[in-house]
Amino acid sequence: MGWFTRSSKNKDNDGSQDLFVVCKSCKAHIFKEEVQNNLKVCPKCNHHDRLTYKERLDLIVDHDSFREFNQHISTTDPLEFVDGKGPYAEKAKVAKAKTGLNESIVTGSGNINGIRVVLGIMDFRFLGGSLASGTGEKILLAAEHALRMKRPLILFSASGGARMHEGIVSLMQMAKTCAGIARLNKAKIPYISVLTDPTFGGVSASYATVGDINIAEPGAMIGFAGRRVIEQTIKQKLPADFQTSEYLLEHGFLDAIIERKDMKDYLHNVLLYCSRKKA
Amino acid sequence: MSLIFEKEIADIEKRISELSDSKKTKKQKDELKSLKSKVKRVTKKVYSNLSPWDTVQIARHIDRPLLRDFIKGMCSEFLELHGDRREGDDKAMIGGFATIEGQRCMLIGMVKGHTVEEKVESNFGMPNPEGYRKALRLMQLAEKYDLPIVCVIDTPAAYPGQEAEERGQSEAIARNLTEMATLEVPIIVVVTGEGGSGGALGIAVGDVIMMLRYAVYSVIPPEGCAAILWRDANKAPQAADALKITSDSLMELGIIDEIIDEPAGGAHRDPEAAIASTQEAIVRHLKSLKRRKIKRLVDQRYNKFAQMGRFKHPRS
Repeated sequence: MGWFTRSSKNKDNDGSQDLFVVCKSCKAHIFKEEVQNNLKVCPKCNHHDRLTYKERLDLIVDHDSFREFNQHISTTDPLEFVDGKGPYAEKAKVAKAKTGLNESIVTGSGNINGIRVVLGIMDFRFLGGSLASGTGEKILLAAEHALRMKRPLILFSASGGARMHEGIVSLMQMAKTCAGIARLNKAKIPYISVLTDPTFGGVSASYATVGDINIAEPGAMIGFAGRRVIEQTIKQKLPADFQTSEYLLEHGFLDAIIERKDMKDYLHNVLLYCSRKKA
Repeated sequence: MSLIFEKEIADIEKRISELSDSKKTKKQKDELKSLKSKVKRVTKKVYSNLSPWDTVQIARHIDRPLLRDFIKGMCSEFLELHGDRREGDDKAMIGGFATIEGQRCMLIGMVKGHTVEEKVESNFGMPNPEGYRKALRLMQLAEKYDLPIVCVIDTPAAYPGQEAEERGQSEAIARNLTEMATLEVPIIVVVTGEGGSGGALGIAVGDVIMMLRYAVYSVIPPEGCAAILWRDANKAPQAADALKITSDSLMELGIIDEIIDEPAGGAHRDPEAAIASTQEAIVRHLKSLKRRKIKRLVDQRYNKFAQMGRFKHPRS
């Protein structure tokens, strides 16, 4: 669910419900077009709304430079999982139809102001951006491609965590993806992690927090356990800014918080330092 | 303490212990004899029909052998090494130099307790970030001294607390996953009780992964999964079923390499026997991994995890 939803007050059929959105953070009514033109960032309070992989991709890579790979990798439902609301296979089918994706991440190669990089961009719309077999495989193949081509790897995370429907197999994707990162470390290939809203559980406890550089968008929610679980465990209320990217920066787990409009140039600047072939 | 599905066994055991305590008539002696063979039969029957949810109860049983029991039973020496050199000394995660049947190694694992005091002291087996960082420090020490690593897993979860988040629970686990992937010493992992999600995996990347017969290993506790996907925590038995968390399931899924058998009626009925089989398996792998070329072993460890997952589209 995005931060912006249609205003419930504009239900009269004059077409105005398509014109306005309400910011989930500051509740301001804003022209939809204004928000879209502002990269889905609220012009009043700077809240960064979630992006689809395509919106993110267009903001980060040079026009026409992206070549996707392994786009056909998708889940096979290893546990034949059925829960209270039905089979996982059905849910996956719905997610595929809704997003046009086969998995919760898109991977490929692209240019950032002329620097060729390997990219992975998670899409929260696909089963909450959850980490499962297909996701893990695509990330590992992206890391292996970066290693082979000696190109930096950049992963954009947006995930509720490991996908329960693939059980232990999902859990193992944490170790699998980190093994890929470990090989990049040994070969001194740069790996930059960009944490976007939200990054939790099995994703924050694997590749997302072990970048050479960890950066996040403003106001992104990032953590290991969910707020409710922690409050139930410690029987206390947590600070209002708990698990925001600002909170993580304060506690030493991020290198920087970068606004969406500056992200591409920032990545480019950082890449100039971490590329071993200095310009 | 007996579990609900063990009632039939417990009733016979109770009668046996009543009879054993007193002077017996000939008739009572005969009864005792027949009860002893009956209890074996019934135990075997009950334990061959366990549901995954029953297995969860066994894995969490208060009398199940815990890390300290394994250390006492297996190690001729254990020199505990404390602290992560950054924050403190986590009592839920311990480690140190250990000798098992003459084999020197670095032994690391989660501590739970049998008594209330022990449970509180060890934070119910839920490590904080400093626990994972202590484990990593000891693993890197092991690499420096060329000692194989043995990790014993028994935790409900990494601790979900405010300070745990502030000190980087995610990063601590992620760092271990990354570093363990390329550590140049053999790593043997044994899940003895609860393999609780990322909290377990944080010290469970290895060359050989084993599970005790009635241990469980899961991406999320069944109760948590039921609360989310069934919107009802009471559906935990169904969730336990669907999640495929028993040693047999993990063997089938290719996640683990070996199941260590438990005595009839589970490790809590005969801890010594369970510890002995665990020791046998660990020593066997310590000896065999020692003979392997380390570069190849690390490559094989990478391939082992790279192959985990089921998806359409074969690896090219």
